[in-house]
Amino acid sequence: MTKSEAAPKRNLLQSDAMQRLLAFGALTLIFVGFSIASSNFLKFDNVVGILIATAVNGVLALGVTFVIITGGIDLSIGTLMTLSAVMTGVFITFWQLPVPLGILAGLLTGAFAGFVNGVLISRLKIPPFIATLGMLNIAKGLSLVISGLKPIYFNDTPVFNQMAMGSMLGSIFPGFDIPNAVLIMFGAAIVAHLILTKTVVGRYNFALGSNEEATRLSGVNTNMWKTAIYTLCGLFAGLAGVIMAARLNSAQPALGAGYELDAIAAAVIGGTSLSGGEGTMLGTIIGAFIISTLNNGLRIISVPQEWQSVVTGSILILAVYLDIIRRRRQ
Amino acid sequence: MDEVLVSMEGINKSFPGVNALIDAKFELRSGEVHALVGENGAGKSTLMKVLAGVYVKDSGHIYYKGKEVEIHNPRAAQHLGISIIHQELNLMPHLTLAQNIFIGREPVTRLKFVLDEKSINQKTQDLFDMMRLKLDPRTKVGDLTVAMQQMVEIAKALSFNSEVLIMDEPTAALTDAEIDELFRLIRQLRDRGVGVVHISHRLEELKQISDRITVMRDGHYIDTLLTKEATIDQIINMMVGRTIFETSPEVPEKPSSNLVLEVKHLNRGNVIKDVSFNLKQGEILGFSGLVGAGRTEVARAIFGADPYESGEIYVNGKKVDIKSPRDAVNNSIAYLSEDRKRYGLALGLDCENNIILASFSKLMGFLGWVDSAKAHSIAEHFVKAMSIKTPSLQQLVKNLSGGNQQKLVIGKWLAKNTNILIFDEPTRGIDVGAKSEIYRLLNELAQEGKSIIMISSELPEILRMSHRVVVMCEGRITGELDYTEATQESIMKFATQRSGIVATDVPSVAA
Repeated sequence: MTKSEAAPKRNLLQSDAMQRLLAFGALTLIFVGFSIASSNFLKFDNVVGILIATAVNGVLALGVTFVIITGGIDLSIGTLMTLSAVMTGVFITFWQLPVPLGILAGLLTGAFAGFVNGVLISRLKIPPFIATLGMLNIAKGLSLVISGLKPIYFNDTPVFNQMAMGSMLGSIFPGFDIPNAVLIMFGAAIVAHLILTKTVVGRYNFALGSNEEATRLSGVNTNMWKTAIYTLCGLFAGLAGVIMAARLNSAQPALGAGYELDAIAAAVIGGTSLSGGEGTMLGTIIGAFIISTLNNGLRIISVPQEWQSVVTGSILILAVYLDIIRRRRQ
Repeated sequence: MDEVLVSMEGINKSFPGVNALIDAKFELRSGEVHALVGENGAGKSTLMKVLAGVYVKDSGHIYYKGKEVEIHNPRAAQHLGISIIHQELNLMPHLTLAQNIFIGREPVTRLKFVLDEKSINQKTQDLFDMMRLKLDPRTKVGDLTVAMQQMVEIAKALSFNSEVLIMDEPTAALTDAEIDELFRLIRQLRDRGVGVVHISHRLEELKQISDRITVMRDGHYIDTLLTKEATIDQIINMMVGRTIFETSPEVPEKPSSNLVLEVKHLNRGNVIKDVSFNLKQGEILGFSGLVGAGRTEVARAIFGADPYESGEIYVNGKKVDIKSPRDAVNNSIAYLSEDRKRYGLALGLDCENNIILASFSKLMGFLGWVDSAKAHSIAEHFVKAMSIKTPSLQQLVKNLSGGNQQKLVIGKWLAKNTNILIFDEPTRGIDVGAKSEIYRLLNELAQEGKSIIMISSELPEILRMSHRVVVMCEGRITGELDYTEATQESIMKFATQRSGIVATDVPSVAA
């Protein structure tokens, strides 16, 4: 036919793989930097501390990555996490039901709230920012109401805490005491990655973010799939809530608000575009690690806690700006 | 063959403020190519969108193979065997070609929710081979040019093996060679018994490819003719409800020899190579060339919309430094882009605001207060002067027809009183009636002393309007012709003069 014309080709620097490589490189640099700055940084216990700190934020970030790829946003994941933790507490401690059932309750709470978000956004056409902002407040309130304004403790069921903080790896490989929560996070990351890249849900996820109207005109039930994606995000928030409750051995109803911002920052630093259509789970996990490594390292070199937020915010802006430059085509 | 596939009767459809379809009807037989023509706003796209399930009719009947059907959404239409290729591309730029084509019907592995990537790429490759398209199924759609994206849309529609194929302005972004290929495919489909609906403004093309032609006007069905018996004048007559006298191009008034714009040795990477030309006052300078020759890039560089690497620009003899559209406008240069909806108009705003969009500095008072009476009168003046058809100045621009939208963009630049106007494909997507109004407008502007650069891919338009023609090919200016020397052949010769490598395809010139 005719010569196959192409728009200005994207060079290697602009490919998706390069973006993740650069993010990983940044993480390595930060690691190296702090190891040089302090001998305490690379100690086993400290690195484990970083891993645990990333567990909750990482799972939240994975879930919200799905939503951001559709071009939407979910501000409610922080308080949903708390609500899920509270529900788990209600099942296990208030109602004395078996631990697995409590965990299930937590997961389903998150999923159901995500489902409600999805319906509000896809059917009622409420903008994602507003719908999830409303849900954020509702979940916050419900957490306080249901818990009676007090933390719920899991002292009667130590197995719950063990599930997160115990170490399966440590019992197999002595000395390698990495808490299970970290394994759960990596497991969730693998599952999220598979969903995003290998299943129909993942495909429609990108399609919706790339051109929702074209997807609708192609005969796809966009309302249904959008709702499914928000439900998925809620499910991950529920998982994060369960992990946090197990880790703290309590459900803290006043915690949660604010966590969503770190999760979104992690996704964006990892290369997920807020305008939709692009993103990877690997990038998100790297982004989550960058944030927790920074926070940990700054603490070790005795930077006051207030300054940590300043650094995180600046890194976020810098990361996105560098990405914009990298993408600029001739 | 020859059974009636689709019959639409008494179709009514209205949107807020406009009755798009009034008692419209249409009939499509199998094994025919049926052209659907009409001015912008006539209802042709709307009628076909009703058939394809994009819009739901208010009332009327649709019969498919003799049975009455209700088509509530695009999926229902697809199930019946009706596909549509829209005028605006409906592709997901972040997804690959294969993923776009098979969206909604992805092949899965034995695990029902896991996608089968190998299968999707193979099927797409088979489709491309059938269409003789040299494309890689794994390319991202966003990396292709508009013309190639359009071919992907066509491939997608073909992959449905539908019995009814609707094409809305499919040739707008294609070269002549690609159009020939498309027509080959259409004839193949027709011979297989598919009913093809071809919506287009290009009447000469429709004479080549269609069997019957249906004309619509103002939402009504007018008539259906056999193509071989119809003349173009007859069709135009029915489309506009009046006869338009296509006068032969008059000898244009000689422009003054005053140089308002000089461009010297403009360069930008591989897209603009050592471009130099000048523009006289009162002149219409045609910029011709194949799609992708670099004309839009040159215009955008002069206008400051894109940076350039080297070169000099002189306005009225004075060297100017143009780094942004603001610099260009301050030097009295205006640019009307080829994608007016995306770059020329704020669709969500009304007519008045769009016309004064470039002129706010004239209307601002203390602390930025806008003089609304003055804004109103300026807007009113231009709407009248250019016969823009709109129920009121407060009508949202997105509700106007393409021709009127284009006039609005021109009005915006006239309100700013710019002297150098660069038009990029000024009559794209505009019907015959509005086209001659735009031509008249351009001539008037030139006679008033404004200087015009007109980029166009329609040779008849270039030949008719230009005092001089500059031809570009692959980023270079390959020729400059006076109106006495300019013919379709001479322009084409320069337009295909590639440097170095032998040209493998020489496009045939449309008759």
